Amino acid sequence: MKMNVMMEDITGKMLGESSNEERIPDFHLAIFFVRSFKMSKKGVGFLENYVVEMLNIRKEFPGIVANNNINLQVKQGEIHALLGENGAGKSTLMNVLFGLYQPEKGEIKVKGKKVHITDPNVANELGIGMVHQHFMLVDTFSVTQNIILGSEPRKYGMIDIKRAEKEVMELSERYGLKVDPKAKIRDISVGMQQRVEILKTLYRGADVLILDEPTAVLTPQEIKELIAIMKSLIKEGISIILITHKLKEIMEVCDRCTVIRKGEGIGTVNVAESSPNELASLMVGREISFTTEKTPATPKDNILTIENLRVKDSRGVEMVKGLGLEVKAGEIVGIAGVDGNGQSELIEAITGLSKVESGKILLNDKDITNMSPRKITESGLSHIPQDRHKFGLVLDFPIGENMVLQTYYQKTFSKNGVLSFNRIYDHAKKLIKEYDVRTPSEYTKARALSGGNQQKAIIAREVDRSPDLIIAAQPTRGLDVGAIEFIHQKLIEERDKGRAVLLISFELDEIMNVSDRIAVMFDGNIVANVKPEEINEQELGLLMAGSKKVGGA
Amino acid sequence: MFSNRMFNILVPIISVFLGLVAGAIIMLGFGYNPIRGYIALIDGAFGNAYFTGETIRRVTPYILTGLAVAFAFRAGLFNIGAEGQVIVGWLAAVWVGSSMEAPMIIHLPLAILAAAVAGGLWGFVPGILKAKLGVHEVIITIMMNYIALFLTNHLIRNVLTETKDTTDRVLESASLASNWIMEITSFSRLHWGLLIALAAAVIMWFLLEKTTTGYELRSVGYNRHASEYAGMKVGKNIVLAMVISGGFAGLAGAMEGLGTFGYMPTHSSFTNIGFDGIAVALLGGNAAFGTVIAAFLFGVLKEGSLNMPTEAGVPSELVEIVIALIIFFVASSYIIRWALLSLKKEGK
Repeated sequence: MKMNVMMEDITGKMLGESSNEERIPDFHLAIFFVRSFKMSKKGVGFLENYVVEMLNIRKEFPGIVANNNINLQVKQGEIHALLGENGAGKSTLMNVLFGLYQPEKGEIKVKGKKVHITDPNVANELGIGMVHQHFMLVDTFSVTQNIILGSEPRKYGMIDIKRAEKEVMELSERYGLKVDPKAKIRDISVGMQQRVEILKTLYRGADVLILDEPTAVLTPQEIKELIAIMKSLIKEGISIILITHKLKEIMEVCDRCTVIRKGEGIGTVNVAESSPNELASLMVGREISFTTEKTPATPKDNILTIENLRVKDSRGVEMVKGLGLEVKAGEIVGIAGVDGNGQSELIEAITGLSKVESGKILLNDKDITNMSPRKITESGLSHIPQDRHKFGLVLDFPIGENMVLQTYYQKTFSKNGVLSFNRIYDHAKKLIKEYDVRTPSEYTKARALSGGNQQKAIIAREVDRSPDLIIAAQPTRGLDVGAIEFIHQKLIEERDKGRAVLLISFELDEIMNVSDRIAVMFDGNIVANVKPEEINEQELGLLMAGSKKVGGA
Repeated sequence: MFSNRMFNILVPIISVFLGLVAGAIIMLGFGYNPIRGYIALIDGAFGNAYFTGETIRRVTPYILTGLAVAFAFRAGLFNIGAEGQVIVGWLAAVWVGSSMEAPMIIHLPLAILAAAVAGGLWGFVPGILKAKLGVHEVIITIMMNYIALFLTNHLIRNVLTETKDTTDRVLESASLASNWIMEITSFSRLHWGLLIALAAAVIMWFLLEKTTTGYELRSVGYNRHASEYAGMKVGKNIVLAMVISGGFAGLAGAMEGLGTFGYMPTHSSFTNIGFDGIAVALLGGNAAFGTVIAAFLFGVLKEGSLNMPTEAGVPSELVEIVIALIIFFVASSYIIRWALLSLKKEGK
């Protein structure tokens, strides 16, 4: 939805510029340049000025109040965190600021002036730029083409790509955002793509940046670079609103933090005078324990054995290259690695979603190589998939029917091919209660639940099958601390019951806290096996980047 | 205030209403009296026993092609090939009905079954191509329509008859027609087929909503990836959905062949029963009973429109415009939803 609006907006502008006699696009362009000129002259002088003020904002959707009485005041040149659980209303608030939604009540002031942001174009003109969590870039275009898309500099009616490249270089140097203006988006790293997104907003003259969960997709090294970038941006007078769940990042870079809980504004705190514990309890409304409590593992027999596994991805490129791995009953093995080093292909091979080229996968000493997903599931495997919307749930099914996605055909839930909805919904009710899935009812569509509750439902379904092996792929991605705590506890509980758990995550914290053993994956292989207590994040990060300095097993 | 279910019922009703209003405006614009026009329409559909019979006769195949399109749609497939499936079903039913002799209790079910199998086969081809090779079903079903049209013409002219333009009549033992119904409806062409169509709707509802097969089909329709993850065979479900869909459309052919006409003529162009099924399914919200109601509406409009030129002087083309407008309003139901939502807000 959001994307559509943006794309239409961009393409609309493009078309308008090439064929229309109207002057509006030129006018836009003029404003951009004037603003960037002004911006460069602006010092760090007026720190007490609020650049953006959202006062008593209320936004309703049919049946729910998404935002109520929220105040957000962002000072000139600060990094302001917007913290809240999943579904607390952070995105709604930002969409109000960006002009995608109109608030029912309240007022918005930009640089002291009351404004009505009726659509994203207005937000752009006011100097508000948004970097979405999922990038909106054209893969086959170059960095420069992506940045200028919609406000291209022209010469004789044609795009002046030389001038554009020069401007991009200038911007990139001024703010320390290293990019290669000529590279194609599909060839550059995720970190660089993000820098392109930031440049895109700066090119349009933004001096207030909204960054939506910017670190979710980055490696630890890239996160460091981003933090450096944010710091240099505020030195140049840019103000940043950072949407995040990650308390560590808030503590590290933010000046102030506004907390939202269940759509209500809780308040704004000075980060320097606060602590992660205080922020977390403000956010969820209760005390949160950060260190995951667990006893040492007592690994027993091998549950999963992988030997010399080779898997190709959909393009036919070998992604898993002769990998070997063992997971024992009663232990959690964490696979650490930068995204794209074959983790997805490894999971798909184990679960039967991808074909294995060669090698062997044994589950409980039984060969499951290239068996169908159903046979593998029946052999005792549960899988919490990486992408819960694509794989984990049928979003348009009621949550109750999602609870039997792998078991609907079994005797408990059907007889002679006819489903017993009574039993299905009784079962669902039980799981919903047991796993504290917050939903209006078991008949509610899965789509209507918040991310955390969707994930809890998946975990309920997968764990309840009493599998021998649980594969948890990024089980806490995009979730808030409350839900993360719950999911980690569940995984450890299952381990203590003697189940084998294979955890794949890009979050180093998660890997370090939850795993009993860490297998580092790089370029399609396990390059190191380490114990979490014997390594620090820095060393782990180096291993993930392919460095062999910190010895192997 | 408005639940989802309410929306699903309200939107088609409002669409129909808006379509009729728009039709009235157009009639006014061309200098016709819309009230007389619509009265003529109702008269033409229900004015006497004959008209009523003909209306129901027309509704029967619409129900089945509507079900065909809706069924495929629920499994995430767009079956534009209902037209071709009707045609092959028609021929298969007439072939069995006219070329063999058997007692009615065997002959009639066999002829009906032949139609379903022929339609199913016509659905199987695009289904298997989609499942195995990923070819888009819309392209294949469109092409299968032409193959059906010209193949049946060829068969009628060269195999079933010697260069004649119609087949022989089906035997009494394979006919759905009934003297009793003909008498009570002043010799309309109404036949027993309606019962088959209604039974088909019940079967579709039960299959989709109550069985494990239906659960799989709907799951595949909503989310192919999650279905595969959950261990369902996506390809098998695609083929199955297309076969069952084609089977329903094939039955619509049997209604024409064994009921309305009792034979099959060569066709110079499509019958449109299959294409109208797309609109019926859309209007019926792709649900079994919604489709039945939508098919009735279609049948009434189409049959009643025949009476508009004679009784009110309104050209029947205008009725086609009204039908098109109704579909337009259903397809743009987003606008109606949006209007309902803002109404609700203001009401607060």
